[in-house]
Amino acid sequence: MSATIETTYREALREAIREAMTQDDRVFLMGEDVGAYGGCFAVSLGLLEEFGPERIRDTPLSELAFVGAGIGAAIGGMRPIVEIMTVNFSLLALDQIVNTAGSLLHMSGGQFNVPLVIRMTTGAGRQLAAQHSHSLEGWYAHIPGIRIVAPATIEDVRGMLATALADPDPVLVFEHGSLYNAKGTLAEDAGPVDIDHAAVRRPGDDVTLVTYGGMLPTTIAAADLLAADGISAEVVDLRTLRPLDDATILASVRRTHRAVVVDEGWRSGSLSAEISARITEQALYDLDGPVERVCTAEVPMPYARHLEQAALPQPETVAAAARRLVRGSDG
Amino acid sequence: MAEFTMPSLGADMDEGTLLEWLVAPGDAVHKGDVVAVVDTAKAAVEVETFADGVVEALLVQPGTTVPVGTPLASIGVGPVAPAAAAKPAKPAKPAKPAKSARPARPAKPRRAAEPVKPAARGATAQPPVHPPAPVVRRVARDLGVDLATLTGSGPGGEITRDDVVHAADQHPAPAARTTPAPPAPAPREGMRVSPYARRLATELGVDLAAVPLPADGVVRAADVRAAASGPAPTAAPLVAASAAPDAEDRRQRMRSAIATVMSHSKREIPHYYLTSTVNLGAALDWMHERNRDLPVTARLVPAALMLKATALAATEVPDVNGFWVDDRFQPATDVHVGMAISLRGGGLLAPAVHDTARLSLDAVMAAMRDLVVRARSGRLRDTELREPTLTVTNLGEQGVESVLGVIYPPQVALVGFGTVVERPWAIGGLLGVRPVTTLTLSADHRATDGFTGSRFLAAIDRHLQHPEAL
Amino acid sequence: MSRRGALPAEHGTATAKHRRDLLRTMVLIRRFEETCAELYSSSRIRGFVHLYVGEEAVATGVLAALGSEDAVVATYREHGHALARGIGVDPLMAEMFGKVTGCSRGRGGSMHIFDAATRFVGGNAIVGGGIALAVGLALADRLQGRNRVTVCFLGDGAVAEGAFHESLNLAALWRLPVLFCCENNRYAMGTAISVEHAQTDLALRASSYGLAAWPVDGMDVVAVEDAAGRAVEAIRGGAGPHFLEMRTYRFRAHSMYDPDRYRQKSEVEDWKERDPIHLLAERMRTDQHLTDQDLADIEEEVAGLLTAAVAAAESAPDEPVEDLTRFVVSERPA
Repeated sequence: MSATIETTYREALREAIREAMTQDDRVFLMGEDVGAYGGCFAVSLGLLEEFGPERIRDTPLSELAFVGAGIGAAIGGMRPIVEIMTVNFSLLALDQIVNTAGSLLHMSGGQFNVPLVIRMTTGAGRQLAAQHSHSLEGWYAHIPGIRIVAPATIEDVRGMLATALADPDPVLVFEHGSLYNAKGTLAEDAGPVDIDHAAVRRPGDDVTLVTYGGMLPTTIAAADLLAADGISAEVVDLRTLRPLDDATILASVRRTHRAVVVDEGWRSGSLSAEISARITEQALYDLDGPVERVCTAEVPMPYARHLEQAALPQPETVAAAARRLVRGSDG
Repeated sequence: MAEFTMPSLGADMDEGTLLEWLVAPGDAVHKGDVVAVVDTAKAAVEVETFADGVVEALLVQPGTTVPVGTPLASIGVGPVAPAAAAKPAKPAKPAKPAKSARPARPAKPRRAAEPVKPAARGATAQPPVHPPAPVVRRVARDLGVDLATLTGSGPGGEITRDDVVHAADQHPAPAARTTPAPPAPAPREGMRVSPYARRLATELGVDLAAVPLPADGVVRAADVRAAASGPAPTAAPLVAASAAPDAEDRRQRMRSAIATVMSHSKREIPHYYLTSTVNLGAALDWMHERNRDLPVTARLVPAALMLKATALAATEVPDVNGFWVDDRFQPATDVHVGMAISLRGGGLLAPAVHDTARLSLDAVMAAMRDLVVRARSGRLRDTELREPTLTVTNLGEQGVESVLGVIYPPQVALVGFGTVVERPWAIGGLLGVRPVTTLTLSADHRATDGFTGSRFLAAIDRHLQHPEAL
Repeated sequence: MSRRGALPAEHGTATAKHRRDLLRTMVLIRRFEETCAELYSSSRIRGFVHLYVGEEAVATGVLAALGSEDAVVATYREHGHALARGIGVDPLMAEMFGKVTGCSRGRGGSMHIFDAATRFVGGNAIVGGGIALAVGLALADRLQGRNRVTVCFLGDGAVAEGAFHESLNLAALWRLPVLFCCENNRYAMGTAISVEHAQTDLALRASSYGLAAWPVDGMDVVAVEDAAGRAVEAIRGGAGPHFLEMRTYRFRAHSMYDPDRYRQKSEVEDWKERDPIHLLAERMRTDQHLTDQDLADIEEEVAGLLTAAVAAAESAPDEPVEDLTRFVVSERPA
């Protein structure tokens, strides 16, 4: 057992970037305020001093151009990490992500792959209102040709970047804004982690709670509530939203016979819908009740705290959904 | 010879309308020359030939819509005199560099005077020479525009799609007649079983019909497991499994099961009710006469006659004997009359007297006795509970005059007999006293109408007047 | 600059052979496009097809100034760029037919020609969609210390896109080795430049980002090559991105066919007076660099290539349907 260190999600991510840049000259970071400012969320604080402005590259407020430039640089032999400040700004680069990054390999008949990593902050919960609180990773998970990962733990945020950089194709990393301050321990020798599989964060027998990213803490809290009720909930952290790890999800559901999908995205046309569909497609005869979904209310996120909290999935609502499945009532 | 065909002018084009010929038979044409105007779904487009030669025949008249690839003209291929000079964009020919060798404009294809009259595009002087293209007619139909009211802006005054769209914008058609379909009643089922519970039931050999219904009406895996591990025989939807050791619990579950099924019935089945008073004088006289010679254990009770009479009547009126399943009536082949049996602890069961119509009265009687005993001791077979095609309830013992019951889905009829009482009864103009009972029918109006129900009651009555034939 | 005048005699240093190569490339493009029009009309090729007829001098001249290590990012009207870059007629034609022997294995079609061997990074069907990508290719060269140039073709329509402005700013800001080559054919599909742009001097607008920019007679292949050559030389010398506004014209419709209602026939005819193939051919004749036989030889050779390419494409195999989902993600060793 190796020694562990106390760290935060933010520091672990910074360490991952630092390690990648140290190990591979082709890696560089670009984005808005990643340099002198130290990153909007202070992720890259200090890296400019360490690596210089060529490799910690401040960009203009031109999401389309610097994402497109990241694509070109990747084709040109580099391993760019492009930081988009928040997911809402990624919409300004949606064309480049979908029409170029996701399509180039296929429409070139396999000639041009795009080894690009795009990081962005996602999610609500910090009273940032309608334009800074989206969870659009489910949208991106719709697109063939790009891989979507959502590190929910310190170990994952420390380890996913290296694996993403080693991927020959575009990888989008969604970092939930509420996680940066999360504290925890990390093995001193923590390194790359796989980005192919979902993880069971808590084993259980009575119901499977499927979630990812910023909803993992909420879901764990729900599992605690359920445990107090005598219901044993298994928590599956998807980790990679595309391609989905059906095997892990289904193995759990086939054992517990009940599934609740917890997704911070809006319900309609969501990732939760996709997961629910896959479960019913592949495990209908193992289900002891309908797949439940707990999602964000379908409203542009309000600023007021009580309204925002009411819109977001809460441990209590997740637990109630699980109780409905296990007991036939949510009380 | 080369063919000039209806060209493909776009990724979505399957057919086109020839609007205009710009050449006539005998004209010389060169690769790249515009020779015709074709209307597509988008607009009129000038189209070129890819052959050099002389137009031999025009095969399609303007106004005709043909699929892409259809020959429109035949072109005799051969050397054509001053061709090269007419191709400004081509350096290939031995044209002299002198500018005079190239006309400033592409040579307009020379036209013969007949047979085509290529109207200038946009001219409106003459009436349209051909009907609007199909796409135009379709758009007009969709937008509710009367083509007869329009003046075309296309070549030859033809009405184009733009004309129609424009007209529609000016005079929006009245809102489409929309008759919203009445909301279909949401299909509900009295008993809902989770897919896993269903699978588990198969694996464990549990009859789902015998699994007690939880309060919310959904059978889950836990319910199946409980049923599988319970010591008692299985029971019907209307039955409390006597498996439960606790009598109170059993009673609760019985009530809840009855509640579910009866609620479902009243919610889903449009009941109608008929009532008739039946003179049982003949039947009871005959029965008493017959009982006189029999040991007590073999004696008949009126209910046996009623059951048999009902069964025989059902063979005559088969529309009341069967099930309403999947939105249609499915008649049963045989008649298995269910007999409502109230249980001592509360609740009731309605097991079937198998093949009632074909049994002798004695056999019916024996079956009834057997069922009552077994029902009250919780030893019915589940087939007996699922088998009834029709149910009879007899509350005569309790003294009620009539019973208008609730149908057990998916059956479509329930026959009730009230208590047998002596009543004044007019026969042949004289008043007498006769034993009578109130015969009732609760029937599913989806399956039958009152007329059918009346025939059924009349048939029961008739059979009861001839007890010796029962 | 005179519309109708002959090329200045002193112009350029091209040898007779070089000019013959330019002429051949332009004839090849012209005949390729005419073949596409014919194939399209008879439904043998489908999809959206945008022909380059009239604009041949731009691709031919610009790409003649480029080295083999340089990169090209093109538009959806890119058959000409592909041929001028040296992509074979056979794989290009096979791509039109959607065959597995096509340069993009039939997955791209007319608008998505790719060729890694010549660093031809695509036709792009999103107007302005390739500009940022070109900037990134140049960034990679810069970061890896390679003295390469990336040529990015774009149309006058793309100048209205935000992508253009974001990308030019970025390229100028970082002084990246990109040659932006604007093919100003005066129409964004059917929208005239005067209807689309408040300032129609596109070179002027580009220059506002602090990069060298000037207009070029895009119908004159020698002028194009000369301008591109100077720009490429400056870029290789570290002068940062350049922008050339190639004033050109397409003789045919925007897509395979359109009703062409948005421009006067007389305008088209006027521009045809300055057909780039003619301009060069006349110039070569004047300089005794071209005989009728030379031209006939070029035409014959090109016709032979095209006939063979069509035949090869028609008989080429399809990509097996089982391979439908290949190349969505990279294939990794098992």
